[in-house]
Amino acid sequence: MADERFDAVVVGAGPAGSAAAYTMAKAGLKVALIERGEFPGAKNIFGGVIYRRQLEDLIPEFWKEAPLERTVVQQSMWVLGEESAVMLGHHNQRYKDPPNCWTGLRVKFDQWFAGKAEQAGAVPIYETVVTQILRDGERVVGVKTDRDDGELYADIVILADGVNSLLGKQLGIHHEWGPDEVSLAVKEVIALPRQTIQDRFNLEGDEGCTIEIVGQTCQMAGLGFLYTNQDTISLGVGVMVSDLKKARVKPYAVLDGLKQHPMIRKLIRGGEVKEYSGHLIPEGGFNSMPKLAGDGWMVVGDAAQMVNAVHREGTNLAVTSGRLAGETAIEAHKVGHFGVGALDAYTRKIRESIIHKDLKKYRGVHQLLGFGDSSLLFDKMPQALNDAIYNMLLVDGMPKKEKQKKVMRYFREAAGGNAELVRLGMKGWRAMNG
Amino acid sequence: MSQSIEERLFTIRYKADDVSHLIIKSQDECLACETKECNYFCPSDVYLWHDQESMTSVAYENCIECGTCRLGCPTYNIEWVYPKGGYGITYKFG
Ligand SMILES: Cc1cc2nc3c(=O)[nH]c(=O)nc-3n(C[C@H](O)[C@H](O)[C@H](O)COP(=O)(O)OP(=O)(O)OC[C@H]3O[C@@H](n4cnc5c(N)ncnc54)[C@H](O)[C@@H]3O)c2cc1C
Ligand code: SF4
Ligand code: SF4
Repeated sequence: MADERFDAVVVGAGPAGSAAAYTMAKAGLKVALIERGEFPGAKNIFGGVIYRRQLEDLIPEFWKEAPLERTVVQQSMWVLGEESAVMLGHHNQRYKDPPNCWTGLRVKFDQWFAGKAEQAGAVPIYETVVTQILRDGERVVGVKTDRDDGELYADIVILADGVNSLLGKQLGIHHEWGPDEVSLAVKEVIALPRQTIQDRFNLEGDEGCTIEIVGQTCQMAGLGFLYTNQDTISLGVGVMVSDLKKARVKPYAVLDGLKQHPMIRKLIRGGEVKEYSGHLIPEGGFNSMPKLAGDGWMVVGDAAQMVNAVHREGTNLAVTSGRLAGETAIEAHKVGHFGVGALDAYTRKIRESIIHKDLKKYRGVHQLLGFGDSSLLFDKMPQALNDAIYNMLLVDGMPKKEKQKKVMRYFREAAGGNAELVRLGMKGWRAMNG
Repeated sequence: MSQSIEERLFTIRYKADDVSHLIIKSQDECLACETKECNYFCPSDVYLWHDQESMTSVAYENCIECGTCRLGCPTYNIEWVYPKGGYGITYKFG
């Protein structure tokens, strides 16, 4: 690959990189798509839910060909107490047509998506690690890989190298994420017969459901998830690394705790663990987004912290940012300018897009989580909610008015007094509506 | 249905390189480290402190390449790069 020159080199064949490569290749640019895994998806995991909008903008009716698991018709949030759960959810058959989102598995999905980019003409360079950004002064002119003669030159380099983004660090757009800017998630794929999944989760045919889980994360800021696939269940939990550092618990012990919870134990009973995995999730959101473009480069997806942690949306932001970077590259090639002046159009497009709007809305959440005591929000409050509901529904001869008072007391005590409870409520409101 | 970490890692396909992609920069730093928290937060039990030898051992063959140790070690004492292209983990589901 010594003397090859490309219009654009994309580093990383996750959803962000494949979206960028597909967009550019389709428009006739000469594109290289580099991936360190044996194949795209080999190193990647997610929950995971794949959304229709955004990907559909790129590949209309993609769901008719993409390897997806189940069409999600029901989404719930479970707030766990020690041996209890408060459940909130919504089931709607209207989510089938048009479909809203699906469950999926990355090994199949990423291969399919990168395959689309290849079909459009992108040159796949897999089992190859980009080790260095090549520069000429300030300007990025290509990449160096760990292959022999592994230098590739291009007018534009798009960094889609995911949350660890060693290349972003090399570029100097960020030093290192702080432990409070990322969560570590561990996950298991648990096999169960198709029919058993349908019966246990009240599903028919290809219908699927998702459960987000709060509470029982060993007092750390974190979220669990349980999603139904065709004949497996994805069960996992992510916790903020800053909390994990303090807690001195093994990440898989947190997962084991969830697996033993009476609400979850029964759902996975008899299942066989087919795979264990782990990955970081960017949690910094709006405030952690680095500079997005410069002389000859753009950065997309997780490498730029584009995840909406509140709504567990990452793939769709990755796809959108990849497409916008790809479109910017196409325009840049039309005029033949690849400097920051031309590529900053990408930054503007991101600002006008849903990515920026959504991440901005929730920018307070990160501070809310990073602020002080995770055990309050992720342990005491969930338990107080469970105790409160338990007492509300318990018929024990206590007058209702007295019960209400008692219920309020649970929250007050969990928060550490009336004033603290009000303060927490205000902070939460501001974080979600900022 | 709880499993040992060995059983868990057994579900992943590894192709280990003969050289480690994870390097402890200074064992003195580890000796001075009060928390030795890499012994806990790593999801595949790669790091283990040995009192007698006064060193952290690195079972890099078990690494699932998450990146936590790179930013989690309080003194950034771990030099972290990806395994060479095609080496390391390959998931079956993801
Ligand atoms: C546990 C978990 C649950 C999640 N759940 C959801 C969910 O339900 N829905 C959702 O939408 N999002 C979810 N996300 C977030 C989502 O997975 C990410 O936001 C998304 O994958 C980001 O895409 P990306 O292409 O930017 O990065 P990645 O998918 O991480 O892709 C980066 C790629 O670059 C490659 N690479 C990195 N460095 C190099 C290099 N130097 N040379 C060559 N190749 C390199 C990697 O191997 C990888 O293939 C979840 C994430 C996790 C970890
Ligand atoms: S946390 Fe860092 S300094 Fe401490 S023992 Fe582990 S590697 Fe060494
Ligand atoms: S990258 Fe993750 S799995 Fe590998 S040694 Fe570091 S913490 Fe452990």
